[in-house]
Amino acid sequence: MTELTKLTLTEARDGLAARDFSARELTDAYLGEIAAGNQALNAYVAVTEDKARAMAAASDARLAKGEGGALEGIPLGIKDLFATKGVHTQACSHILDGFKPPYESTVTANLWADGAVMLGKLNMDEFAMGSSNETSYYGNVVNPWKRTGSDEALVPGGSSGGSAAAVAGALCLGATATDTGGSIRQPAALTGTVGMKPTYGRCSRWGTVAFASSLDQAGPITRTVRDNAVMLRSMASVDAKDTTSIDAPVPDYEAAVGKSVRGLRIGIPKEYRVDGMPDEINALWQQGIDWLKDAGAEIVEISLPHTKYALPAYYIVAPAEASSNLARYDGVRYGLRVDGKDIADMYENTRAAGFGAEVKRRVMVGTYVLSAGYYDAYYLKAQKVRTLIKRDFDQSFEAGVDAILTPATPDAAFAPGAITDPVAMYLNDIFTVTVNMAGLPGLAVPAGLNRDGLPLGLQLIGRPFGEETLYSLGSVIEQAAGRFTPKRWWA
Amino acid sequence: MSVDIDTVKRVAHLARIKVTDTEADEMTGQLNTILAFVEQLDEVDVSGVEPMTSVVKQEMKKRADVVDDGGYPQDVVANAPMSEDNFFMVPKVVE
Repeated sequence: MTELTKLTLTEARDGLAARDFSARELTDAYLGEIAAGNQALNAYVAVTEDKARAMAAASDARLAKGEGGALEGIPLGIKDLFATKGVHTQACSHILDGFKPPYESTVTANLWADGAVMLGKLNMDEFAMGSSNETSYYGNVVNPWKRTGSDEALVPGGSSGGSAAAVAGALCLGATATDTGGSIRQPAALTGTVGMKPTYGRCSRWGTVAFASSLDQAGPITRTVRDNAVMLRSMASVDAKDTTSIDAPVPDYEAAVGKSVRGLRIGIPKEYRVDGMPDEINALWQQGIDWLKDAGAEIVEISLPHTKYALPAYYIVAPAEASSNLARYDGVRYGLRVDGKDIADMYENTRAAGFGAEVKRRVMVGTYVLSAGYYDAYYLKAQKVRTLIKRDFDQSFEAGVDAILTPATPDAAFAPGAITDPVAMYLNDIFTVTVNMAGLPGLAVPAGLNRDGLPLGLQLIGRPFGEETLYSLGSVIEQAAGRFTPKRWWA
Repeated sequence: MSVDIDTVKRVAHLARIKVTDTEADEMTGQLNTILAFVEQLDEVDVSGVEPMTSVVKQEMKKRADVVDDGGYPQDVVANAPMSEDNFFMVPKVVE
């Protein structure tokens, strides 16, 4: 690791502004890290070296004229779910083979407008369906973290596994990610990084490959809370091209970092104490409570009675929306085509060859729950349960709770192949999925290491558009817990 | 509710995914595990509860009914596995 890649995003930003080093030098340092480490970590599925160097050179020219943007010269990794003009965009699926969009997603366009540099496209679970990055057509991502004294590879979590691993392993300064049921916060927790899923509607979904449209939301994964605040400000916008984009100005999130949390009321939901949860997770949660209390926050016990129904409701709503969204992959307009004896046979052959097992499973579940005679029993019922889940949160906020503190995941990183039962894998998102069902913001912050030396995270859940409060609280936890960096074994 | 292999094959056809008998058999078990998991929702009393339609309250945005984009058919078909004269090519569907 060079001295340049040890800097955080905000330190690098300040160093570039002060002309301590050039954007070209910073980008070259990261391209060097990728060349040395990506074979072992498999975080990138495409590295855009020439584009990165050209963008960095343009940043240097702007910095020289004093015209640098908020992210001028900052090298970022982009999850393969975001459309990047003329560049590999395949949601890590075989069915999108060779797809190079002729347009740019709003989120990435915002980042480039603020001067950021694209290093490449990051690995992920196929169509963002997975919690361990084992469903990617491009192979597993390897977590930069290993258990103390062990050489066994571990998963980085998913679906934004490439984003989390690249940030933890210093193969980029920050990464875009998306979160439908926990896909930003769970991998962030498993890699010791900071991950924010913003309020639904805060970041435009335009140009982001759709999984479950009522739940999908983009957000950043970074090394620090301050970095995260800076990156979200650039990603978020009001966008006429997404009807669910919210007409509200984007605040200066960085100003909230380090702000006093004295007097804030923090809810502790008793339903999140689940059976069989490791003692370490409970201890970590208590530690988080104590840190916030020490910082002057008021702790109150709350009840969110429908918590246990969030995951089963999610596994109706998300597959239903996915089965509809993924109907477009038919071998006609883009990607893979496998010929057949007629057009229907061509569709069936293409989708059989192009989708992986987990994607097929979810499309099948979604098709079934939406099929004639089952809509009311499954989809409509799940949407009613979703109303109750959101009502639980609304009632806590109406009672004066400013934010909620929970564990981010039920356990630390595990080995690939360790979880083969689909439902057991789904349980990884038990603490995060409620937040998507209610459209709320959620922030995962690293809070400690377990007895094997693996990172564990805490989750802060906010009111709608309460991202600033989460950044203030998150920085309290970060200050108390410190930062966690894996031992560099991969290069 | 649970599904049998014939239902799985029917659903696979609805979803336009070709499955072999072995795959359909495997999927039957997996789908039943997932359906058993989501059946927990039967414990919840949802009488009088409105289904969620939007997590964030907002007015549906409207825009003027005008053409404000387009005119680049070559970009639209650029990623097609088969195209000709800016049309998508598919197997013959009418005799």
